[in-house]
Amino acid sequence: MPFGINETMGQYSELFMLLAAGTYTVAFIAFAWDLAKSSKALRAVDLKAAQAGATAKVPVAAGVGAGSAGGRLSGPADRAERPSSSTAKANAAGSGGIVTADGDMKYAAERRVPARVAVALTTLAVLIHGAGVVTRALGAGRVPWGNMYEFLTTGAFLVAVVFLVSLIRRDLRFLGTFVVGLVIIMMVAASVAFWTPVGHLVPALQSYWLVIHVSIAVLSSSLFTLTFAMSALQLVQSHRQKTVAAGGADKLGFMRLVPSALSLENLSYRINAIAFIGWTFTLMFGAIWAEKAWGRFWGWDTKEVWTFVIWVVYAGYLHARATRGWTGTRAAWLSIVGYCCVVFNFTIVNTLFNGLHSYSGL
Amino acid sequence: MSERVNVKKKQSTPVAGAKAEAALPALGPKGMLRWAWTQLTSMRTALFLLLLLAVAAVPGSLFPQRPANPANVTQYIKDHQDYGKLLDSLQLYDVYSSAWFSAIYLLLFISLIGCVVPRAIAHYKAMRSQPPRTPQRLSRLPEYGTLVVPADAGIPASDAINSAAGLLSKRGYRVEVRDADGALPSLGAERGFMKEVGNLVFHTSLIGVLVSVAAGGLFGYSGQRILVEGDTFVNTLVGYDQFNPGTNFQPSQLQPYSLQLDKFNITFDRESKGKFGQPIDFAATVTTKENPDAPAKQEILKVNDPVNLGGTSIYLTGNGYAPVVTIRDGNGNIAMQGPVVAKLQGDNYYSSVVIKVPDAKPDQLGFVGFFLPTAFVTDKNVSFSADPELFNPQLTLNSYYGDLGLNSGAPQNVFELDVRNLTPLNARNLAAGGITLAPGSTATLPDGKGTISFDGVKRYIGVDIHHNPGQVYALVFALLAVAGLILSLYVNRRRVWVRTGTAADGRTMVEYGLLARGEDHRLAGEAAALRELFATEWQLPADAAEEAASDSVDPGTTAGSQQTPSRTSDNVAGSVSTPAGPTGPEKDQ
Ligand code: HEM
Repeated sequence: MPFGINETMGQYSELFMLLAAGTYTVAFIAFAWDLAKSSKALRAVDLKAAQAGATAKVPVAAGVGAGSAGGRLSGPADRAERPSSSTAKANAAGSGGIVTADGDMKYAAERRVPARVAVALTTLAVLIHGAGVVTRALGAGRVPWGNMYEFLTTGAFLVAVVFLVSLIRRDLRFLGTFVVGLVIIMMVAASVAFWTPVGHLVPALQSYWLVIHVSIAVLSSSLFTLTFAMSALQLVQSHRQKTVAAGGADKLGFMRLVPSALSLENLSYRINAIAFIGWTFTLMFGAIWAEKAWGRFWGWDTKEVWTFVIWVVYAGYLHARATRGWTGTRAAWLSIVGYCCVVFNFTIVNTLFNGLHSYSGL
Repeated sequence: MSERVNVKKKQSTPVAGAKAEAALPALGPKGMLRWAWTQLTSMRTALFLLLLLAVAAVPGSLFPQRPANPANVTQYIKDHQDYGKLLDSLQLYDVYSSAWFSAIYLLLFISLIGCVVPRAIAHYKAMRSQPPRTPQRLSRLPEYGTLVVPADAGIPASDAINSAAGLLSKRGYRVEVRDADGALPSLGAERGFMKEVGNLVFHTSLIGVLVSVAAGGLFGYSGQRILVEGDTFVNTLVGYDQFNPGTNFQPSQLQPYSLQLDKFNITFDRESKGKFGQPIDFAATVTTKENPDAPAKQEILKVNDPVNLGGTSIYLTGNGYAPVVTIRDGNGNIAMQGPVVAKLQGDNYYSSVVIKVPDAKPDQLGFVGFFLPTAFVTDKNVSFSADPELFNPQLTLNSYYGDLGLNSGAPQNVFELDVRNLTPLNARNLAAGGITLAPGSTATLPDGKGTISFDGVKRYIGVDIHHNPGQVYALVFALLAVAGLILSLYVNRRRVWVRTGTAADGRTMVEYGLLARGEDHRLAGEAAALRELFATEWQLPADAAEEAASDSVDPGTTAGSQQTPSRTSDNVAGSVSTPAGPTGPEKDQ
């Protein structure tokens, strides 16, 4: 038997959710401010550099030149063209003089105050949000992912946590507006469209597979959320890089803060690979659970169909990355299509399609 | 494989060659086949088929599907006169067994086999052959570095290459030293063969999953049965209410076990406001016997917790109330006595009841109506069930007499009574009125047709019984696939070459280069690690090592290795006429 319901805890949880959403909103504004301010600053630096008759690539190129110091048996002089890890950065910066953030997404030396404020605010929001999730769990006496409201609030929490954790190692603050924006949308959708009071689970969901299957699904989805943001930015960035390389005007100045399209693609590939493994587990555990609950591990129920479609699309994405002519923009589109399927699976399939998975709590 | 087509061209006469050049079909039937095969097994086709498969799976979620619910399909076709039939002819109600869906996945799997087999052979050879020859210009590799061992260290070129070989072997590389005593000794090393093995295991296991699923469909079976408290199910063909055999099913497969429903308990939510009265726990107490002579065993059957018996699994899939009635006919004899399964219709177990009494004399009797566990009547005289539990059980019925038509041979739905040929006895609009019964009460039918008593209420459960011999294998293959996938994504396949030589002033010069096959964002990290190993081995001062390495091995830029995507290494393969064999990740043409 499940634990009892505690409605007071449920109300605390809602209060925390509201506070968290508010804090996220402030963080969102700070991230947007950072984008605006930094792009202005970068443009100013550019202008100065142009006046000084130097191009942005000089300092980086110097680093490359230094490589000729070592003794060499057969080192040719064209080393700068070697597409190695250290020169790709220079190439990216060098193409048409546009500036993008550091390709390796390491933190740069200079401090971006608004970005720091934004991250601090996001951290605060995540703490409050975490309290909301925990009180929800206490209120319902079970894991906090048993209906749409809980999937959304807990999912948004995971998205934010994954984002903050990745910030420890990489400077992904340029994703801030995007990610925090999505988190806010999820929280608002949860409270407006899917609000459900704390309650017991329907028997169909009373299984430890709920804990395993759904937590992995939500975690993978939050990783897909990050890569979706990156792929979208990648498309914009690659368009911008092309425009600028062709001598066009750089209208999207704020994108200077965003790494090159190639760096975005590589990092999102790595995250997508993890998320794909997660999704494979989601699919498998779902099948095992379906076997336990309904007596067949696969029955092409609408939810199963869409989980399969998502899996196949991301398998296609991984293939595309190894198929000539399909890397870059096309792969990014596949990643975006995959995420659209994730969103579709979660929203439309859960609410409008009726299948065996009628657990949305509506 | 496109090379093979080229080879063929070269063999033919110059004229034919020119023709082949001009028009592809001149390849001849064999060439065409080969060309088609090459196309089918290319990465591009695999990608295309994968995306097509994703798209083709979608309609199955948009339209009702026959295997899931045939009645919905019939209804849908009725509701959509204009295009309902057309969709049917396009097999859109049987998407996952349709010709087009099958065609896509079969093509995909043929492509898969055509892809995996040659790759497996090639990889087997690669695992047994020596690392590729040392490229002429190591500096063109994506990771490159040099070290200088001072003349007074006393490490000649040949010693240096041997100690480098030792270090690399320890690190898991397979190493071959070349020209050890020559002027420019070198070594080639390679590691990460498990990456490709993982990839092959992954793809092969997908075939295994598919075959297991197909086998389950061939040899499995499933069925349904409704059990009222006290009923016993025996696993024989007649024991099932509905039975779906697989194509190769034999009745002898059924082990005659039995399962008796002793008691069925439901716990309702009495705590939360929003979900008040929702069921939160179903538990069926059952007594099972593996076979007629086996000892009886009591088990609990729950949702998400099937009972396994005689190679089958028994699942709790439905439940409801079964009012117990006694019906006496016009002659005063008991024509029927026992529980009647009421079919769920609305909230709070509002259920419909159909009772057919073919044994009633002189006239057969029929009853249609509703069962409400907690009956409530609104001021508008609409009755509804206010609670799922038996607080005020009520049976409201209309009655009929006449020929029920059960002897006509046409199969009848037990949940429906065809009243067209029957004469009504009780109904609201008749003088006699409808029948309303509480437990323990009896109603007398008009015209001396008999009586009906409502004796009490039992619960019933619906169980699904499944036997799928394929699913264990499907699980094993799926687990293998995941293991392969993880290996394939996280093992890095790398090649390292080192070359040493002696400068005029006696210093030993060392250069090394690294190359990844496939995605490898840690190649620069590996380069740095190797550099450190070498420097420690030859006791080079750290700063000297760093100075020489200033371009790429500075730890600060290590993470820049993300910048070494497959595409970059691909450039290398394109620009260097390296003797190292295929260098970049294997990409399709
Ligand atoms: C049932 C359909 C298929 C699925 C679901 C699938 C899935 C995948 C996935 C998830 C990967 C990335 C992980 C890994 O490297 O192991 C992959 C890689 C790969 N697949 Fe498939 N695949 C399918 C069919 C095929 C076919 C038909 C081919 C051959 C034409 C193929 C060739 C490859 C190759 C060569 C790679 C390695 C790519 C690389 O080097 O990164 N796959 N596949």
